[in-house]
Amino acid sequence: MLSLRFAVRLTLIMLIAGLTAPQFAAADVRDDITAVLKVDHQAENIDSARKGVERLQASDVDALLPILSGLEKANPLAANYLRNAFETVASRAVANGEKLPVEDLLNFVRRTKNPDIARRLAFEWIRKVEPQQAEELVPNFLGDPSAELRREAVARLLKEAEQMEAGNPGRQSRYLQALSGASDDDQVKKIVAALKDLGVEVNVQEHYGFLNTWHLIGPFDNRDKKGFDVVYPPEKEVKLEAEYEGQLGPVRWQQIQTDDPYGLLNIATDFGPYKGAVVYAYSEFESEYDQPVELRLATPNAWKIWLNDELVFEREEYHRGTFFDQYRVPARLKSGKNKILIKVLQNEQEDSWAQVYQIQFRICQPNGMALQPAGKE
Amino acid sequence: MRSFICLILLALTTTAQAEDWLQFRGTSSPGVVQGPELPESFDQIAWTAELDGRGSSSPIIVGDKVIVTGCEGPRQDRLTVTCFAEGDGKQLWKREFWATGRTVCHEKMSVATPTPASDGERIFAYYSSNDVACLDLEGNLLWYRGLTYDFPNVSNSLGMSSSVIVKDGTVVCMAENDTQSMTFGLNAADGTTKWQLDRPRGANWTSPIAWPGEESIVLLQSSKGVTAVEPATGKTVWEYLDGAATIPSLTAVNGLVIVPSHGLTALKPGVSDTTVPEIVWQASQLSPATPSPVVTDKFAYVINGAGVLSCGDLSDGKRVWQCRMSGKFSATPLVSGDRLYAINEQGNAQVVKLTPDGGEVLNSHEFGETVLATPSAADGAIYVRSDNHLWKIK
Repeated sequence: MLSLRFAVRLTLIMLIAGLTAPQFAAADVRDDITAVLKVDHQAENIDSARKGVERLQASDVDALLPILSGLEKANPLAANYLRNAFETVASRAVANGEKLPVEDLLNFVRRTKNPDIARRLAFEWIRKVEPQQAEELVPNFLGDPSAELRREAVARLLKEAEQMEAGNPGRQSRYLQALSGASDDDQVKKIVAALKDLGVEVNVQEHYGFLNTWHLIGPFDNRDKKGFDVVYPPEKEVKLEAEYEGQLGPVRWQQIQTDDPYGLLNIATDFGPYKGAVVYAYSEFESEYDQPVELRLATPNAWKIWLNDELVFEREEYHRGTFFDQYRVPARLKSGKNKILIKVLQNEQEDSWAQVYQIQFRICQPNGMALQPAGKE
Repeated sequence: MRSFICLILLALTTTAQAEDWLQFRGTSSPGVVQGPELPESFDQIAWTAELDGRGSSSPIIVGDKVIVTGCEGPRQDRLTVTCFAEGDGKQLWKREFWATGRTVCHEKMSVATPTPASDGERIFAYYSSNDVACLDLEGNLLWYRGLTYDFPNVSNSLGMSSSVIVKDGTVVCMAENDTQSMTFGLNAADGTTKWQLDRPRGANWTSPIAWPGEESIVLLQSSKGVTAVEPATGKTVWEYLDGAATIPSLTAVNGLVIVPSHGLTALKPGVSDTTVPEIVWQASQLSPATPSPVVTDKFAYVINGAGVLSCGDLSDGKRVWQCRMSGKFSATPLVSGDRLYAINEQGNAQVVKLTPDGGEVLNSHEFGETVLATPSAADGAIYVRSDNHLWKIK
């Protein structure tokens, strides 16, 4: 039989443990998230991440919000560890008939300062367990920072427009509304085609923010693909009035403007179908602020890009296809004039499909929405 | 009595493992089904499961689980691993990841083209973005690597398709391309890099295989030829440098390596100079298109770009017969007993009877969807996947 003193002591211990357990648990979850966040390139701290995620996977639903919040500081690798922990905890809870903290998740999604990927993840789980509440969020996503959430709102508007009878003036306004949030090309194409049928022409170039005015110089020598690392004069300085000795004789900068809806600058047809050649393309962009952006390039040719004289990326690949937004290079614009120099290289393949020599380039917000130059609405 | 029960359980376990299908083209002899013979036609559908997004990787079968990778979203940048019950096709779990590498690819391909692998305890999912996710069989992430995240020019604008294999605790990931061409040996247990090799620059869609002999060797194919490496160290054991195809993959049987090179080339490890293999025969009449060759202990089977199946004698490489099938093929066929199972790109599945004198299309089945993925087989069943469906045929 327990003595009274022992029983009182035991009760006190249990009370204290009961009161402090959630705090301990919360602290543990934070420690585990911190452990995961340490993982980095080339398996650095992978052991820490493995241990952290293992403990997080065993957590209860109280860990879901901290895990989502942890995504704010996560690099792309750590984000995947946290995502798996979230999914594992959430699926186990659902399978066991437990309730997810839907109200907290809804508030998390509504707060647009939270990380895009975390909000999207929260939205997906709300949709799994409370689809009606998820659908009620969708109309608010049209101007959302998250491209994936915007896509939901655009899809909703497209569906509404398509279900309206021809002649209903609401169709046009739905399509125009949808266009304002669309950055995925499959959706943009649908909207542009539908508006065209309604007599409305969309300036696609402007919608995406393609750069359409370029100064070109070349060709310089790239026979036997040896020009990739040769530093030709435009890499040292861009002087638009200068003349240099090129592959086939003296070369000068020429201004070319493309009116292609998708901003395609066709070097082969508009400048010259050079083979074994290097051509440089130069343009400028006025930015209102110092801001993070993505440089988005499409080309089947090898290339290097400099932003404000700094090499930001290069790739020596020829004729493996070209696709919208083929390359996405994170960069930072400075306030005022920004200089963009692209080295575009053509090889000597004779196949008909290897004669393509072109670039398509835009500067956009990291979420894919066009960035208009300063002073332009 | 207890020992006897243990022995029975051990035997059952061993049998179950032997019938697993743990990687692209199967666990032991690529494309050749070792277990019970497969159904006589593709009509015998046991169950159908829905799949989301896209994918042309093969299913793998680990015990009573069927694992399928996929990719979703307009940029295919949501990578998925989905697990189904082998018995009834019920989805057991699904996990998603955000791609850390490039996800552009040719419209025919998808980011989920490489087939995952398993060592029986863990799943190693690999994608065109060169993301590698290691999960346990319940869907818990064990470790994650982003090889393009580490080396940003390790990519191919047309997409990458090399499947992953695991050999003696090393996960071999080929990520070979025009720009920064590399192959990695990752520690299966913890995801760390055991070794990384600079490989010939050039787009390469082939998949590695493990040498089925006693030596622990992994074979890597590229436009330059074949390199045999130790999985533990990445050290080159021997090399064949007379060129090879970059789409259909090599296979190995009876001490021979059969390489899509000058048609087909049969190699055997060198004796006097162990760093150079011996060329046993070369057969220009046996030239595979996209599907990889399937080789039994007597014959080699290849499908050309016109859908013609050719059978060659494994002893000398001479073509024995040809049989026209219907359509163009991306998927590598399976051989089970005296039947070959092939599915064309339009989803028309054909069963061909194989005899020493010729091949005869016995029957066909329309899946009604594009099928690019190589089928898998385990325990007498065939598993076929399209973008939208996974079928079990038994």
